[in-house]
Amino acid sequence: MLKISTRYLALIGAGLVATAGSAQAQGFRAGYSEQTGEAIYTGICQGCHMPDAKGAQGAGAYPALAGDKRLASSAYAALVVIKGRKAMPAFGGSFSDQQIANVVNYVRSHFGNGYTDTLTPEAVKALRPAIAAP
Amino acid sequence: MADLSQPPMTRRSLFTLIGTVAGSAMMYEAMSSLAYAGESGYAGPPNLTGDVKGASVLILGSGIAGMTAAYELRKAGYKVQILEYQDRPGGRNWSLYGGDTYTELGGATQHVGFDKGHYLNPGPWRLPYHHYGILHYCKLLKVPLEPFIQTNYNAYVHSTKAFDGKPQRYRHVQADFQGYVAELLAKSTRQSSLDQAVTPEDQAILLDAMRQWGALDKNYEYKMGEASSDRRGYESDPGGGLTSVPTPSQPIGMKDLMKSGLWRAIAAGSGYETQQTLFQPVGGMGMIGKAFGAELKEVIKYNAKVIDIRQDAKGVTVSYLDTKTGGPPMQAKADWCICTIPVSILSQIPITVGAPMQAAIDNLSYSASVKVGLQFKRRFWEQDEDIYGGITYTDQPNGTIGYPNYNYFSDGKGVILGAYAFGPAAFEYSAMSPEERIANTLEYGSKVHPQYMKEFDNGVAVAWHRVPWTLGCAGAWTEALREKYYDNMCALDGRIMLAGEHASRIPAWQEGAVLSALDAIRRLHQRVIAG
Repeated sequence: MLKISTRYLALIGAGLVATAGSAQAQGFRAGYSEQTGEAIYTGICQGCHMPDAKGAQGAGAYPALAGDKRLASSAYAALVVIKGRKAMPAFGGSFSDQQIANVVNYVRSHFGNGYTDTLTPEAVKALRPAIAAP
Repeated sequence: MADLSQPPMTRRSLFTLIGTVAGSAMMYEAMSSLAYAGESGYAGPPNLTGDVKGASVLILGSGIAGMTAAYELRKAGYKVQILEYQDRPGGRNWSLYGGDTYTELGGATQHVGFDKGHYLNPGPWRLPYHHYGILHYCKLLKVPLEPFIQTNYNAYVHSTKAFDGKPQRYRHVQADFQGYVAELLAKSTRQSSLDQAVTPEDQAILLDAMRQWGALDKNYEYKMGEASSDRRGYESDPGGGLTSVPTPSQPIGMKDLMKSGLWRAIAAGSGYETQQTLFQPVGGMGMIGKAFGAELKEVIKYNAKVIDIRQDAKGVTVSYLDTKTGGPPMQAKADWCICTIPVSILSQIPITVGAPMQAAIDNLSYSASVKVGLQFKRRFWEQDEDIYGGITYTDQPNGTIGYPNYNYFSDGKGVILGAYAFGPAAFEYSAMSPEERIANTLEYGSKVHPQYMKEFDNGVAVAWHRVPWTLGCAGAWTEALREKYYDNMCALDGRIMLAGEHASRIPAWQEGAVLSALDAIRRLHQRVIAG
């Protein structure tokens, strides 16, 4: 949520002025304080991908990250986090390069995923310009 | 920046002046008062005349958009059928009552324990007076409405970082902030530092206005006294007989007030969509969906999970599973299709539309939102704190405390909206179990109402990203996304048109769903009549 429409702010109904990323009254923060990969996953990602990373199925589905072959590419994982994909919101605006690297590394080395190579914050930074702003 | 040296003042330069001197809060106030706000696109119920030649329309989703479309198309003579994933009408128009069961993605099931007559609206909860479309259908369907209190001057604004975390009454912060701003502007005016900006005649008007608007005394000062107490309330109120002399109250210090940031919350009811009068259906927002569903019961097929949407030159074929009885996929056919499935889900369903519409479907994610309803054993906010309906705002992750706008003064229990979270806080809430969401909400609420822990009875927590049939709260449009995808989202693609709040410029509001549906069926009807 980088640029939020005025209608959206009105909906939220509390903020007077649109501060960047703000969605609510009184100094509502734009980012996340979680830093380690585990804290980010359990604090945010598992809301959809579930605590066991096996996803969920309703009228639509959340994909499992456990055993997801696409995670072979750390760049792919980072790009999805940064840009979002279909129902997955973009988190590039609210996570730092370090946070993105941490959570990608965590998911790729947990839940039965055994990738040992690590993604650096520098590599995340290099990926950002490749992403066309929506 | 307007040229302030050019009297007489234009409206724009007055706003700029006010904005510069008094800050954006007052500017917003001034702009609102001069009706700078936008207009609803509602042009009355559609008048779909002409021979529809037996045309049929398959509608996907029995939310507000789908049922609006079905109601009007049927009236115009179309053969209409709705497929709905859930076992009830309404979609996000939804209320949870005692005895209801709700299972979220991940499998957690909550049994709602509210007493009879109490409810939580997990989705929409208020109807602005200018949402003409949805109000039209409330009237048409005989859904009784009652006032929704947005601004309660005796509710709180609260910051954990100001006033030692002690909640402040809205009326104190509102009156004091306005008073100090008026005092500053009056001072500038009297010191003639605005000479270049306002004519002497306008200066006199401005001074008079500031005295009235800000409750200043005869010296244009905002301080303890009758004028300020008439806004913020007295230390002890005027009474009768021999104990009738009021004691004025002491305003909050200006520096403390500015530093507190609490002024951010006082304009919550100034937005076009939150200005009084707002309404709520008696008995819960879900009453609209129920009434619509009863009206359309012959045409809605429940428990139908759409798995494929195809069109060709002749018509539209939709494959679906009956989630109740199981069995192989079934098919529904029609000449046309209005699809109101949230695009968070539609992006996962094969659909034969062109690349532009597919791109629109694939590029809109949904915002996060969480609501927590808490039942308390007694209405302590009324009994102890004289808060009757309305909203308290806090800087904690729960964001909002909404007091029930019904059953005032009753001796029984009451259900509070304990959390209405957005943004990062909502994503974090969504990652918790329902029990954790409730426990955290109680923790946050206790900072405002110490009675919380003692009086808590039971609760229910709905995180919209865990809702199996939406995967989120509402389309998270940005200006850039709209530029690129909005028109293609709304276009007629062969025989398929999308509708819903995501195909509107009033996202997340039911009015957006209604207006989107009305616009879609008007264009569809034109196409049908054109042959």
